Amino acid sequence: MDDHLNIDAARRELLIAGALSATTAALPGAANAQSAGAASPRQASSPTATPAPVTAKVALRVNGQRYEQEVDTRTTLLDLLRERLQLTGTKKGCDQGQCGACTVIADGRRINSCLSLAVMHEGSEITTIEGLGQPGKLHPLQAAFVKHDGYQCGYCTPGQICSAVGMLDEVQRGIPSHVSASLEARPLLSPMEMRERMSGNICRCGAYSNIMDAISEVSGTGSKA
Amino acid sequence: MRAFTYQRVKTPAEAASAAAATPNARFIAGGTNLLDLMKLEIETPAHLIDVNGIGMDRIEATQDGGLRVGALVRNTDLAADARVRRDYAVLSRALLAGASPQLRNKATTAGNLLQRTRCPYFYDTNQPCNKRLPNSGCSAIGGFNRHHAIVGTSEACIATHPSDMAVAMRVLDASVETVKADGSRRVIPIADFHRLPGDTPHIEHVLTPGELITAVTLPKPVGGRHFYQKVRDRSSYAFALVSVAAIIQPGGSGRVALGGVAHKPWRVPAAEQLLPRGGKAVTEQLLANARTSHDNAFKVTLVQRTIDGLLLEARKG
Repeated sequence: MDDHLNIDAARRELLIAGALSATTAALPGAANAQSAGAASPRQASSPTATPAPVTAKVALRVNGQRYEQEVDTRTTLLDLLRERLQLTGTKKGCDQGQCGACTVIADGRRINSCLSLAVMHEGSEITTIEGLGQPGKLHPLQAAFVKHDGYQCGYCTPGQICSAVGMLDEVQRGIPSHVSASLEARPLLSPMEMRERMSGNICRCGAYSNIMDAISEVSGTGSKA
Repeated sequence: MRAFTYQRVKTPAEAASAAAATPNARFIAGGTNLLDLMKLEIETPAHLIDVNGIGMDRIEATQDGGLRVGALVRNTDLAADARVRRDYAVLSRALLAGASPQLRNKATTAGNLLQRTRCPYFYDTNQPCNKRLPNSGCSAIGGFNRHHAIVGTSEACIATHPSDMAVAMRVLDASVETVKADGSRRVIPIADFHRLPGDTPHIEHVLTPGELITAVTLPKPVGGRHFYQKVRDRSSYAFALVSVAAIIQPGGSGRVALGGVAHKPWRVPAAEQLLPRGGKAVTEQLLANARTSHDNAFKVTLVQRTIDGLLLEARKG
């Protein structure tokens, strides 16, 4: 494995030297170096042939710390966080954008990290559950989830909390939702609004009512709801 | 997932020429549908062209009083734009009815138009599917097809187009602007953008290989009451059984387009003339020649009742 990576790295240096400055290209083999500006991939011999892995460099900031990694282009942001950076707070649930367990905040917005390639986050600023708070210094939403028992198994919790952080920001920015009666009025965080806005996060244990209580407390809508 | 090479580009022209120069290349922007399909090896591009750096991420007024929506404007931002909320509410409503907030934060205007069907047989690589593998057969015809199309279908495919946004754009008479590898540009009316399945259900739109969507333009606002009613199996984060985009004018005239019933947003101008006569007359014209199965015959009734519900709402003023 190490040998393989070294060979890839050597190819990379060769290729980068030949690449046009406006184009960042990751190529599978030195044979393509002549056409590096156009970044043509290796010719597939047949539709079923398995192409050789391709790696590329990505530099990004996660929870305030800068990381530079050489990754297989197929690596999702989720797998980069968990497998390479050992930030295992972010969870892999469905791996297809349906459950929300992998929710992180990328450049200020909540996204599904399973449906985003690591190499597409060059220069990104990522916040994961580890970056929101730590034991002894919890984020208010983390503390509220503990207080209101907003989980059972806890697997969806990091995604729920990151999603709630993003959701409260979206409400603050006046972004309407499917259930907003008026598209132009400032949205209020009613229970119905909260359910709709958190619908991208599934809790298989069904801790939804306690999750609602936790978010309500932090958003200050608990008494008005 | 198959291995692929990856490249970032800075301009639409560079993107289009890179695609032309590279066999089996695909553009990637939000990636929320393409990556999902690549994991299942339903999509197997050898090369990805990341177009996030080309600009095209703004919403601008056009000279004729409409809006030009850049291809890379995220669904969240399009739905939240003050001009869209005020003048094109049907579009905001449609966008907000689709996917989840996390996905809308990533998904782009162009990508939304190009997303592929959610037919379960298209996703199940163990099953025949003419859209995934031409001439392999259609598992949905005669299979479980409660979610499937009832108009514009063929013997080869009864898949639906899953977009909510596109249905609203259809009712608004939007246009799709593109650039080709040779640098030429064209404007495609949304009505002509998506194709019916016919014998070639794997060809879903009229773009040529390497042609890149740069923007979607909306004509000047038409006024009226805007509605987007989506009926689905749960109240959020699900694809439509049927959806109705409607703009109803004070006199009772208006426009209607349907989602969840066809391989493209479904609109029949002749049916709209019948709006003052109620949902039944409109639906009979809209869904004339519908081919339903035991599983999805309910969609005809559901469309009629949804339209009637909106007309009632519109009359309330």
